[in-house]
Amino acid sequence: MNTELFGIVATYLLTLVLAIPLGKYLAKVFAGEKVWTDFLKPIESGIYKLSGINPKEEMNWKQHMKALMTINLVWLVYGFFVLMYQDKLPLNPDGNPGMTPDLAFNSIISFVVNCNLQHYSGESGVTYLTQHFVMMFLQFVSAATGIAAAVVFFKAFRDKTSTNLGNFWEFFVKSITRLLLPLSLIMAIILAFSGTPTSYEGKDKLISLQGDTVNVSRGPAAAFVAIKHLGTNGGGWFGTNSAHPLENPSYITNSVELIAQVLIPIAMVIAFGIFIRRRKLSWMIFGVMTIGMLLLLIPTVSSELGGNPAIAKMGVSQLSGAMEGKEVRFGPAISGYWSTVTTIISTGSVNSMHDSTMPLTGFWQLLGMMINSFYGGCGVGMLNYFIYLIIAVFISGLMVGRTPEFLGHKVEAREIKIAALITLLSPFLILAGTAIASFVVVNHADAAWAVQPKSWLNNPGFHGFSEMLYEMTSSNANNGSGFEGLGDNNVFWNVSTGFVLFLGRFLPIIGPIAIAGLLGAKKHIPESAGTLKADTLTFSLMTFAVIIVLNALSYFPALTLGPLAEYFTLIK
Amino acid sequence: MKKYILQSLRLTAVLLVLLCVIYPLIVAFAGKLTKGNGGGEKITKNGQVVGYALLGQSFTKPQYFWGRPSAVGYKADGSGGSNKGPSNPDYLKEVNSRIDSLLKYHPYLKRSDIPADMVTASGSGLDPNISVEGAAIQIKRVAMYRKLNEQDVADLVKKTVKGPVLGLFGPSSINVLELNIALDNLKK
Repeated sequence: MNTELFGIVATYLLTLVLAIPLGKYLAKVFAGEKVWTDFLKPIESGIYKLSGINPKEEMNWKQHMKALMTINLVWLVYGFFVLMYQDKLPLNPDGNPGMTPDLAFNSIISFVVNCNLQHYSGESGVTYLTQHFVMMFLQFVSAATGIAAAVVFFKAFRDKTSTNLGNFWEFFVKSITRLLLPLSLIMAIILAFSGTPTSYEGKDKLISLQGDTVNVSRGPAAAFVAIKHLGTNGGGWFGTNSAHPLENPSYITNSVELIAQVLIPIAMVIAFGIFIRRRKLSWMIFGVMTIGMLLLLIPTVSSELGGNPAIAKMGVSQLSGAMEGKEVRFGPAISGYWSTVTTIISTGSVNSMHDSTMPLTGFWQLLGMMINSFYGGCGVGMLNYFIYLIIAVFISGLMVGRTPEFLGHKVEAREIKIAALITLLSPFLILAGTAIASFVVVNHADAAWAVQPKSWLNNPGFHGFSEMLYEMTSSNANNGSGFEGLGDNNVFWNVSTGFVLFLGRFLPIIGPIAIAGLLGAKKHIPESAGTLKADTLTFSLMTFAVIIVLNALSYFPALTLGPLAEYFTLIK
Repeated sequence: MKKYILQSLRLTAVLLVLLCVIYPLIVAFAGKLTKGNGGGEKITKNGQVVGYALLGQSFTKPQYFWGRPSAVGYKADGSGGSNKGPSNPDYLKEVNSRIDSLLKYHPYLKRSDIPADMVTASGSGLDPNISVEGAAIQIKRVAMYRKLNEQDVADLVKKTVKGPVLGLFGPSSINVLELNIALDNLKK
């Protein structure tokens, strides 16, 4: 038991040891300062040249968003058709079929928006070609999109007043060449030597020790699994994601995958402070995020180690904790840590089945995704946090009766309106989506879809409601994990979550960038005794309170109907 | 706008080559140097491939150590967990019947001897491992069906245990396939 807790502590500390220098490095890379990876410049110049890009061309925030949206739409169209016709394309040794239009719609949006919600199963739903040329490709570029967007945001606060926010393509390409690709290469090789397959051979067939015939799915997974974590994507090569022994062979690879998914989100926070020359501010943000993480993590691990009270009643020994849906090589403690990390960071990969975790664990998982900014996804975590920050600036301003300002820029009605709209968007998408789904289950149980609504839910009662709430929350947070018992491959879920995914990605990117762009263009007001300082302990506490209050107000009723109600029935 | 569309198309094409051809081919090349040549490490017995080192397989015969329950019957081309919620009454009944059937094959056991991993389904449905306690409760039965000395089987189990990483981090576990192959070899 203790060795399992040591494992969590060691994994987290190792993450920090790597993330802090990485943050410093990233700040330099994006500021265009000298770094040791400058030997890659010729490759970048080649990419710019072939693409007809001038990386020196300055863009304002609107041009940044146009470039971002354009390339994302190109990927949507490209991927949709490749997925639909994957059966007619090469590299399909297992003879898997093409996707239905609604499944292709859902899958392509899901990967473009860095979510990786999967309504198909890796072994039977995609081909080696689509796994690499659609899924893995998007895992790189969607992460780079998020990072580039965050850099635009950084840029808005670097100088006193500026509308020139650098070049989107440059940030985007550098995110890949200087960060994602080199790290992925290292990690993929570690995974390959730990047992994750890399070859393009199709299924294998063998006779097991006791004489059963077994077919074994494989494929070049190592390259995929690396970027899946580094880019906080989370989509699995195999159906069961990182619970699958080939995708996550050992306790060591498990820690590697855990470190990889937290690495860039933390590094981005550190980079922010260095980039805008306000290190104290980024340590304060890091502090709030870390305390938030611990408040989710500790009860999660404790609820998993405690085991299932209903199974305890049967008299068996749950020495190690709750084991349904978990793997013995990881154990419940680090699986609990994983479930916290993967939900706060929008990775959404799993090493245990969340549907089978304890009710309170489900509660913390949902809350992590609803808040979505305790570190948060690659780049976008900072953007989500920024919205809370602006709301906190506004409320603090009102409380002390001063014009709210952030880093020397006046925060006025327009910015607050955008922040308020983005804040309202998440509860609207999640709660309305869940309400419609519940309505369909109750009133149209026999609708003639691929999976009839009456068989959507794998579990009765409150837990069934949680399955639907989780799916919508995960889509909105661009997380991608699921209570996978839900029968989600049908028109209703494919289309509804498709829209939630899309809106839940791009509006929370455009909103904060717009605010940052507007603020950055305003006249800089020098600091005075009356300035509300963003890097103080008081203001950090204020931001934390805003995060808790906003989320409690939005989601408490829904959480009560799902995981909390289940918890109380289970312990009664 | 038109400029952005053209740039997007060209950049996408360039990155497809870099990220989906060059990168995975480098990894595939490195994979050739690994134990399974990149296709997954296989376990052979008398020259015959009997399984993959990392993948659990179904053991139901009484002369073998059994693995954990699997929601997909150890189907290695269709991994899956049960996704049963902790309060699901059907699920709890199923767990109870697994306990009963374990007690039937191991009449010497008390309920409190049975570790949870032996009556709950794994996440992947392909869990290659069981806990040390999960193996311990089966020693007597395996020894009986194989007409072996109980102590010899217990020693073998002890030898197969994989402890925490560096003795400090993570749980202990036993690879069931490895243990069973060692068991088959013991007979000779």
